[in-house]
Amino acid sequence: MRHENGSGGRGASRERVGRVARVASLAVDLTFSAAEDAFRAECREWLEANVPRGLPSGDTAEGFALHLDWERALFDARWAVVSWPEAYGGRDATPMEWLIFEEEYYRAGGPQRVTQNGIFLLAPTVFAFGTQEQRDHVLPRMAGAVDLWCQGWSEPNAGSDLAGIQSKAVRDEAEGGWRLSGQKTWTTRGAFCTHLFGLFRSDPEAERHHGLTYFLVPLDAPGITVRGFGRLDGDEGFAEVFFDDVHVGDDAVLGEVGKGWSVAMATTSAERGLTLRSPGRFMATASRLVELYRERVDAAPAATGDAVVQAWIDAEAYRWQTFETVTRMTDGEQLGAESSMTKVFWSDLDVRLHELALELLGTGAETDVDGWAKGFQFALSGPIYAGTNEIQRNVIAERVLGLPRK
Amino acid sequence: MRFAFTDDQLEFRDAVRDLLAKECPPAAVRAAWDPADRSPGGSSIPGWAALEEMGVLGVLVPEVDGGLGLTEVDLVLLLEESGVAALPGPIVEHAMVGAPLVGGRLEPGSVLSAPFSHDAMVPYSDVATNLLMFDAGAWHFVARDAVDLRPLPSVDHVRRLSAVAWTAAPATVVAEGAAAARAFDRGALGTAAQLVGLARRMILMTVEYVAERRQFGVPVGSFQAVKHHLADARIALEFARPLVYRAAWSLATDDVEASIHVSMAKAQASDAATLAARKALQCHGAIGYSDEHDLHLFMKRTWALAAAWGDAPWHRDRVGRAIL
Repeated sequence: MRHENGSGGRGASRERVGRVARVASLAVDLTFSAAEDAFRAECREWLEANVPRGLPSGDTAEGFALHLDWERALFDARWAVVSWPEAYGGRDATPMEWLIFEEEYYRAGGPQRVTQNGIFLLAPTVFAFGTQEQRDHVLPRMAGAVDLWCQGWSEPNAGSDLAGIQSKAVRDEAEGGWRLSGQKTWTTRGAFCTHLFGLFRSDPEAERHHGLTYFLVPLDAPGITVRGFGRLDGDEGFAEVFFDDVHVGDDAVLGEVGKGWSVAMATTSAERGLTLRSPGRFMATASRLVELYRERVDAAPAATGDAVVQAWIDAEAYRWQTFETVTRMTDGEQLGAESSMTKVFWSDLDVRLHELALELLGTGAETDVDGWAKGFQFALSGPIYAGTNEIQRNVIAERVLGLPRK
Repeated sequence: MRFAFTDDQLEFRDAVRDLLAKECPPAAVRAAWDPADRSPGGSSIPGWAALEEMGVLGVLVPEVDGGLGLTEVDLVLLLEESGVAALPGPIVEHAMVGAPLVGGRLEPGSVLSAPFSHDAMVPYSDVATNLLMFDAGAWHFVARDAVDLRPLPSVDHVRRLSAVAWTAAPATVVAEGAAAARAFDRGALGTAAQLVGLARRMILMTVEYVAERRQFGVPVGSFQAVKHHLADARIALEFARPLVYRAAWSLATDDVEASIHVSMAKAQASDAATLAARKALQCHGAIGYSDEHDLHLFMKRTWALAAAWGDAPWHRDRVGRAIL
């Protein structure tokens, strides 16, 4: 990791310079290419004609089923996973085209993807660490919303301190494979999903980040109990998952046995950064906020107008910072701890966008006909999930700025 | 879409960075606080002659007039470095605002300053040899000797503000209408770039300080409260810089919305640098409050520039008129 005070990571820094040097002398060009414009037009036309209106939240049992129809329609038209290879149902889209798709998706009013934890969080890991068999089996079924994946990382005693994982994987010497036991919790959409990806402690002697293994587990395996429970925003989108001596085969292991931490962490920057919450989502919310402001301008305090503009500027800032990031990715750079800055920024921005809407609604906020109050409650989860913003600030201070851990 | 600078641009930036580190260290900025050392002309500004020699002051001047004939995209990185160094001279007013208008008419060693509106004060009036003055929608190019300067206090003493008494004449007009408005936008964007540089410098200084300073037997930089202050400053910088670079591109390509992009950049950079100053002071503690420590040089420049060429609320208001 490169520290900005120059106190560490010089090797990585040299390597970075080497990569950048290979793409020398391409000028800044902040216009979209003809191909990018054409891609945008194609996205826009299809999405405007097909995005469903008025879907209920996908984080309830009834809503989830309706969202699956939408996810499958996306897949059938090859819009579900545009950045994936065509062989797995994608379009081989560049990262920039993927961003364009996301902008158009949210601009058209597309709902949050109920498949997101599979396609945005698990899939990059499968591409990076999966065997050919795993890729061929897992990815198309994930993209087509046949298998529905939830994330099994948090445990009652392992939240921000994820390395405190206690769920166990024990080698089954008689039958082969592994036996899983323990409990996962705060598992989003766990009660509606069919599969779970999670970390289990496979070496009881090892501590903390060592001796963990990454498993892919079907939730209908004997010995698994799933109990859904409600969230702050009123949906039943949480679940706890109990594992009672659950047998899985060796093919359920993703990456190397005992290396689960590094397998999981290799792609967490995706979750914190742009793939899980791309700028298009916040630009769409900011546009809705500006519309609300226009409707309410006569009653709006001047200070609210100033804050609405600031929130809109912040959404633009996230968009342009992402274009910079994607250019670096295209040049071959890996994202690192800087994705923690992105996560703090978009999650705080999302809360602020909704707070401002509630301010504009005044007493109308209580009846919540437009869903802003519910959106506000959902936004409040942003600074908590994917590593709390306090943990992210530690990461920024230690790994971006190079401050001492102790 | 490609949002990255070229190797040439980055090398030019690195050369300016190295030059200013050598020629304009904090001691030189501090020395510039003494009015005895300052008189009209570039020789009073540390590094100015070398910047002129490198072509930095003439980046936006057409080659036929002796400049480099480059764009705001090239200059923005260099102005950012002038902010990192807290260069005590009107490089934004000279190189960004004035040079495209009058670059060919500036004598070697001259220093051009400008106010950001008709009623504003002129910075660095002690070292300026020429002024761009604004009146009734037009910029005028006038010699320092042709105006009356009345010194005013500045939060950053080295800025040597003056109120200017002068009389506009048709013969001195160098830009009107859209060209005049665009000169204002260049001033705001150049100042935003300097603010980004100042934020970077203050964060870096503070990171170094809190890693060394020990209390309760450990570096104070190991405390989460201190880490989170600095993380917040770093996040604000991260989400100001791209808007500054993007606005530079909009100016260079004459985008119809360039003014709005400039305002987003200046609002964001003003707030990011002001936050960085606040966090830097808090993390330094009492030593940061001392004028014997260098931090105050950078904080005071920040407060001056956050207000100059339109402060954050002014620019948000301009954005608001476009989007609300």
